[in-house]
Amino acid sequence: MQGSGHAVCLGPDIDTDLVIAGRYLRTKDHGQWVAHIFEDLDPSLASRLGGAVIVAGKNFGCGSSREQAAIAIREAGVVAVIAPSFARIFFRNAINIGLPAIECSLTCTEGQMVNFDLTAGWVEAEGKKHPIRSLSPRMQEILAAGGLVNYWMAHP
Amino acid sequence: MSTLSERILGAPSGEYVDHKVDRAYVHDGTGVLTLETWKQMGSLRLSDASRLYVLFDHIVPANNSTTATLQHELRDFATSSFLQLSDIGGGICHQIMSEGVVLPGEVVVGADSHSCTLGAFGAFAIGVGATDMAAIWLTGETWFRVPESIGIHLTGALQDGAEAKDLALSYVSKLGMDGGSYCALEFVGDGASTLGMEDRLVLTNLSVETGAKTGLFYADEITVRYLARTGHMVQPQVPESCTYIRDLEFDLSDIVPMVAVPHRVDTVKPVQDLAGLPIDQVFIGTCTNGRYSDLARFARVVKGKKVAVRTIIVPASRSVLTEALKTGVLSDLLEAGCTIGTPGCGPCLGAHMGVLGEGEVCLSTANRNFKNRMGIGGEIYLSSVATAAASALEGEITEPEGA
Repeated sequence: MQGSGHAVCLGPDIDTDLVIAGRYLRTKDHGQWVAHIFEDLDPSLASRLGGAVIVAGKNFGCGSSREQAAIAIREAGVVAVIAPSFARIFFRNAINIGLPAIECSLTCTEGQMVNFDLTAGWVEAEGKKHPIRSLSPRMQEILAAGGLVNYWMAHP
Repeated sequence: MSTLSERILGAPSGEYVDHKVDRAYVHDGTGVLTLETWKQMGSLRLSDASRLYVLFDHIVPANNSTTATLQHELRDFATSSFLQLSDIGGGICHQIMSEGVVLPGEVVVGADSHSCTLGAFGAFAIGVGATDMAAIWLTGETWFRVPESIGIHLTGALQDGAEAKDLALSYVSKLGMDGGSYCALEFVGDGASTLGMEDRLVLTNLSVETGAKTGLFYADEITVRYLARTGHMVQPQVPESCTYIRDLEFDLSDIVPMVAVPHRVDTVKPVQDLAGLPIDQVFIGTCTNGRYSDLARFARVVKGKKVAVRTIIVPASRSVLTEALKTGVLSDLLEAGCTIGTPGCGPCLGAHMGVLGEGEVCLSTANRNFKNRMGIGGEIYLSSVATAAASALEGEITEPEGA
């Protein structure tokens, strides 16, 4: 799997309350989650997420298990999230909905182009390739299928 | 020689296993999305409804018609499909699962990050999101990466004024918000046997605040006696010598009252460093500190006095509330000026029933103090029950008696 996008830089320990606050969760309208994404962190972020690669600090997605956080990021048009480490529930959630969560240490420059090739195992920024931690074979299959729903549709 | 996680999952750390799930549970928050996703998976098959639980706790009773409609749909589905349902007022999912449902050695998965709480029984209990849970509804199993374990070695016994919560904040502070990432925390040593089940549930509850997959105690005589009272005869788990990837040691007699300050659970200071900080609200409750022993401890401090700030007490379950009613703890709390909420999560997640206003400060016995979590512009400090009680009487952060 390959992809690219402009970098949006975030700090470490971004919790899922900051991605989408608890007060917006009680709806099935995914658009509501996109409308309020990162509102408590930086309301101006939302406008920069289309086609973006989020490059965050360690422990991205900590806190609540709310899958709405991963869904909101995907639906906002984010291509992938790169961080040195993820909170494990967010990590599973992201892969399960087909959003690449890539474990890689990368110095982030806002707006720089970031390319990735998960099969080859690298992330590239400013002409330099960085190795990534590979997914387990099962998670690779789930991500390749576009998420766990599609995976189970193909493995009934 | 194996860690408890390795023993339960039947494989060494680092391996990936597919394992049957003995109990799987959702709440009204994650259940709606689980149901929607399960329907998308097409087959509309449920693996075994007797192992699947739906427990209403996050926004109970419903705060508006949108929530009510979503809850109605989930409730209808749970009833018509014969899932194990606990409706509004039953209490917090983790608490109900701890009242004689989860047993030692079981594999338990909850669609909530604090599902790690059930590791207090020597079960392997982890949180997942809605899509993983939907697949568990479908198949009855899921995949696990068998975690490496961090040993939390306990000696001594807690002294007056200190609680399991103070120890929990202490270990979170030492490990940091990601110091336990992908690992299991195992609480072992002579000090563990001085802690009752309610204390153990506090300690495993906060394990996820270090990024850990779960926290576990070995089932011992205390576990056996606790579960016997709920009608379950179980055997203790005998620890084997094993290798931890990291070891932390705590002498319980050294633990002093601590407070986590905004907006990080791992930013922890002794209560005495914050003494005198004015507060607007005290909140007693949640899957961390909403049990009967917590309400009773709070009542012992405030009985015959009046709280100086608004104080919201939300029992963790109907059983907790019923016991508080029978023993007179409830009237002590009411007479002291406390407000009692419906058993459930209360204002912990900022949805309703006690959210904070701009600039307000809450001293809470919950487990998270993230920015804006309990209301936009509100500040959350996390403490033990004894610290919260002493502070409620003074209207400012105050060291508990005996500290």
